[in-house]
Amino acid sequence: MRDDSPSNPSDPNRRVFLQTVGSTAAAVVIGGCPSGSAEAVADGPTNEGAVPITLRINGKDRKLSVDPRTTLLDCIRETVALTGTKKGCDHGQCGACTVHVNGRRVNSCLSLALMHDGEEITTIEGLGTPEDLHPMQAAFVACDGYQCGYCTSGQIMSAVALLKEPCDAGDAAVKELMSGNICRCGAYANIVAAIQHVRKNK
Amino acid sequence: MHAFEFLRPGDAAKAVATAAKAKTAQQGADVRFIAGGTTLLDLMKLNVETPARLLDINRLPLDKIEATADGGLKIGATVRNSDLANHPMVKQDYAVLSQALLAGASAQLRNMATTAGNLLQRTRCMYFRDTAMPCNKREPGSGCPAITGSNRTLAVLGTSDHCIATNPSDMCVAMAALEATIHVQGAKESRAITIGDFHLLPGKTPDRETVLEPGDLITHVTLPPPRTGSKQVYLKLRDRASYEFALASAAVLITIKGGNVTHARIALGGVGTKPWRAPDAEAALVDKPADAANFRKAAEAAMRDAKPQSENKFKIELAKRCLTHALQMAATA
Repeated sequence: MRDDSPSNPSDPNRRVFLQTVGSTAAAVVIGGCPSGSAEAVADGPTNEGAVPITLRINGKDRKLSVDPRTTLLDCIRETVALTGTKKGCDHGQCGACTVHVNGRRVNSCLSLALMHDGEEITTIEGLGTPEDLHPMQAAFVACDGYQCGYCTSGQIMSAVALLKEPCDAGDAAVKELMSGNICRCGAYANIVAAIQHVRKNK
Repeated sequence: MHAFEFLRPGDAAKAVATAAKAKTAQQGADVRFIAGGTTLLDLMKLNVETPARLLDINRLPLDKIEATADGGLKIGATVRNSDLANHPMVKQDYAVLSQALLAGASAQLRNMATTAGNLLQRTRCMYFRDTAMPCNKREPGSGCPAITGSNRTLAVLGTSDHCIATNPSDMCVAMAALEATIHVQGAKESRAITIGDFHLLPGKTPDRETVLEPGDLITHVTLPPPRTGSKQVYLKLRDRASYEFALASAAVLITIKGGNVTHARIALGGVGTKPWRAPDAEAALVDKPADAANFRKAAEAAMRDAKPQSENKFKIELAKRCLTHALQMAATA
């Protein structure tokens, strides 16, 4: 891990909050390449160049300090320690990192955390609980929509978002709209069955 | 990923003023606008793009789709691909654009990727994306290993001895057929650029992909009013049925009256170094019967200047069949 990686999620005292108040004639500096305007206001080692943001994750405001390079995915996993969201390819090709931003599904690996300051993020942890599964989670269990499970949180986040998107009734439309989520175990048939089960019982 | 400064300009003028300090708006730009991030962050992770400053334009008021006074459509720079594809006016009057957008990427990426970003989408050429390899687009003068190497998916139209990289966009192909105009706010003036003049052929300077200069911010795209009776089709052929770049694609708009083609606009994707308008194919169709033989003649005309590489000769015939079939689909729609 880089020396300037985001603060250790297991030790909130190590979190360093910086005030970056610099500005140029043209734009507000949100963060990055520190030029003397950043000031550490908490004790602990300085996380150089980190920027304060607030993300509303699963209904709870999280005040965070992140390096500008931090993707939304790494922020969710490493800074907030919600590890249900998975990193597969890290290039927007596999869909394992799918989360909802303001209710829409996105690849969290291809977005910077800073771009989402103030926005509403939903991860797999925000959908349901083991005692009270979201209908899509229950359908994946009932239809055996996984094998190893690594892609499953991304599949389910995609599937839940699909329920609100324009999508024809047939399996072909579901397959087309789920093509951004790769399953190396090949559970596709059961994934489609799970999604169709929820759509038919909506 | 290299360190960068992240800024959020308060308005378009400030964004332009900050970006105008860049040395170039082309490959190697030290200042980049970021919207969806789906191309830029991908390439920053690969160190193909290493901007020192990112200007976040997501919160600028550039996200509207509106009818224009002349009956056309104005599409804001940060309108997401999914919103554009599913907009009622686009589905109704510019179906080829909706079809092209929905044929591209995945549902997640379409929720992120923007109109302006798609105009600036970068090639998928593996040599461009791999900093261990030479590439004239990424490092001018370093050479093009694709010409003697792996080039199955690369271009057969508009290539040069310096670069054969394919433009990967689907949206731009539809916009080329629709004769879109790109509106740019620059450091000195605002200007309108027809899509045919926007992208550059690689020639000796494949690092220069568009006419954009430092500071230039795409604010919106306009489409001319829809042509009454025009049938529109986007057909994309690829290795997988979904979530794959085109080996060949065709955007067609044709008007047929009394069995004859009276108007045609055609562009091809997956085969050109830029979104490839095919005026020779259009000319071959107009005032001719709308039949299979003439559709094939148009396709022959479109690909007349195609130059195959070692692995992609099949694309020439594939593109011809793609265009012929797309015309057939439009004629019988």
